[in-house]
Amino acid sequence: MLLLLILFPLVIAAISLAVPWYQARSWLLPAGSALHLLLSVLLAIGHFPATGSWIGLDALSRLVLVVTSLLFFGCALYAVGYLDIRRDRGNRIMVPCLLIFLSAMTLAVSARHLGLMWMAVEATTISSAPLIYFNCNRLSIEATWKYLLICSVGIALAMLGILFIAYAALGGGSPVSLQLDTLLANATSLSRPWLHAGFIFLLVGFGTKMGLAPLHTWKPDAYGEAPGLVGALLAGGLTSVAFLAILRGVQLMTAAGDGDMARQVLLGMGLFSLMLAAIFMVRQPDIKRMLAYSSVEHMGLLAIGVGIGGPATFGAMLHLINNALTKGGLFLAAGNIQRAYDSKCISEIRGAIVTLPISGTLFLAGFLAISGSPPFGPFVSKFTLLRGIFGSDRLVVGMLVLLCLAIVFIGMGTTVLAATQGEPEQKSPLFRDRPLLYLSPLCFILLVLLLGVYIPEPLQAALHQAAALLEVQP
Amino acid sequence: MGLTNSLLLAVLLINFFTLGSARLVACIRMVALQGALLALLPPATHGLSGHALFLAAGALSFKGIFIPWLLLRAIREVRIRREVEPIIGFVPTMILGALTTAGAFLFADFLPLISEHHEGLYVPAALATMFAGFLLLITRRKAITQVLGYLMLENGIFIIGVLLSSALPLMVEAGVLLDLLVGVFVMGIVINRINREFSTINTERLSALKE
Repeated sequence: MLLLLILFPLVIAAISLAVPWYQARSWLLPAGSALHLLLSVLLAIGHFPATGSWIGLDALSRLVLVVTSLLFFGCALYAVGYLDIRRDRGNRIMVPCLLIFLSAMTLAVSARHLGLMWMAVEATTISSAPLIYFNCNRLSIEATWKYLLICSVGIALAMLGILFIAYAALGGGSPVSLQLDTLLANATSLSRPWLHAGFIFLLVGFGTKMGLAPLHTWKPDAYGEAPGLVGALLAGGLTSVAFLAILRGVQLMTAAGDGDMARQVLLGMGLFSLMLAAIFMVRQPDIKRMLAYSSVEHMGLLAIGVGIGGPATFGAMLHLINNALTKGGLFLAAGNIQRAYDSKCISEIRGAIVTLPISGTLFLAGFLAISGSPPFGPFVSKFTLLRGIFGSDRLVVGMLVLLCLAIVFIGMGTTVLAATQGEPEQKSPLFRDRPLLYLSPLCFILLVLLLGVYIPEPLQAALHQAAALLEVQP
Repeated sequence: MGLTNSLLLAVLLINFFTLGSARLVACIRMVALQGALLALLPPATHGLSGHALFLAAGALSFKGIFIPWLLLRAIREVRIRREVEPIIGFVPTMILGALTTAGAFLFADFLPLISEHHEGLYVPAALATMFAGFLLLITRRKAITQVLGYLMLENGIFIIGVLLSSALPLMVEAGVLLDLLVGVFVMGIVINRINREFSTINTERLSALKE
């Protein structure tokens, strides 16, 4: 069943190349991703067995799978409306690439073999490059080139890390395999220096993909130039997948009894990401680049959560869901605003709430949500995270995180309020809200709101299971 | 041992050639040759097993033939022949290359390798090739030379992969090579677009996006 989940988007991608009608091709996206979402949920609640030595689901991957699938479904629905108004660019490349991207993400999430996981993550890089290039202008070429080169080199280093882990098995005299369960079972006999080196390279490699500072340099460019829906998928989906890949390394280190070292490194990188994002978000004139730095910030928070451990890990897992959905809503709303003003710079965007009553309001609500204001979901997850930090007696880290969050709130607030409030200069906007283009961000923000007031019991259990997986000691 | 060591020595020499040459076609051919030589490494190391032969065939056809063909096609279309004005000159990069190679040999001695790997040149050659790839990535302006740097980095990783081939099943190896091929194919398309849009493939022109 899991194999089907990976393969059928590829089949639909092939069909989409053969379909001659523009609208039909666009509608293949939501149709395919609805099926994907349905199957993912069924798999996640254990309707079908999903264990195997090559691909299988555990608590962590179930979580990421459902989140990415949900996000993709929303973006696919949005894509129908988006591609309809972008008939000049066509959808012959966009639709198949999105579907291949979905397939690669699913494979990366469900892979139980580190080599297979690497292959799938690299496939996500390649299949998302044409998506970033969608607008075909000088800026999008530059963004695509940086993305492709930096991420490919980063991922190559992750391969080196994976090979080092295999070498650790060779040096430790345990069976040489990159199958995750075998590795975890024999983790204590792995040769330490190679395991440590392997983890560091894994972190650098997949950290590049995830956008942890200082490896985030491609992120503002790619998110800034890609269409809103691609930004949403990268910021919400791909980053979660890359984070999962890093978590596999953390799992391995913890199982080998060196979890503390892994957590220290993650904590350091997370704090650095948070600080750097806070600096760059102050006076950021470009709404999409601002969202990209916000993504760096939230990746930092995820790393800090896992780095602290204990209840903070639970907070990080919850934050992964909240971040994915909120970023999805924000990027889609930002895409609509950019369309209405033909600019993404606050020097030209004024009064977005008047021009686009729904998208503008969603953008503002999304800002409130992502910056951790109650009653939205990220408030709960950030609160849990902070409680975990202070609970583990790391006062300095906690104060630093609070300070950065405050700076981010002020910096992001200045830009967002400037864009949404006030009176628009043009009276006749180029674009008005239409249902297909505001339905998905609306649902994302509503879901985030729901998660802020009520976390269903099964989800809570799933989050606890996922967090527990990261704490399995030798 | 003799055969693998001479293969790896040839690989090291090719590193220096690419670091010191300005002619793009020659550089691409040399990286192709490096890929083809590396294709001989798995059978030379593990004997003529099915896995080793498959890996050799895959590496030869992808690293030695397809990818260089894609790159040669890309530069034929953009009519660029030489790397001019690298960020760091050719002689300094060669000296840097020599230093990193020496460093790789010294460093490999300190690594806690298992006893069979202490003798061979595998680890130092892999490290030196990776460093040379990084040097190309950092010091060159042409998009195509940066792709060559990426390929050399992958070649270096491939050498380490040969030592650990039992950890990487055939399916994964094939997938990794396929990823590399498609990746270079997409990079080739982007290079073509860069040339069409900017009338050059110098990447310093790609500097509009910044804070």
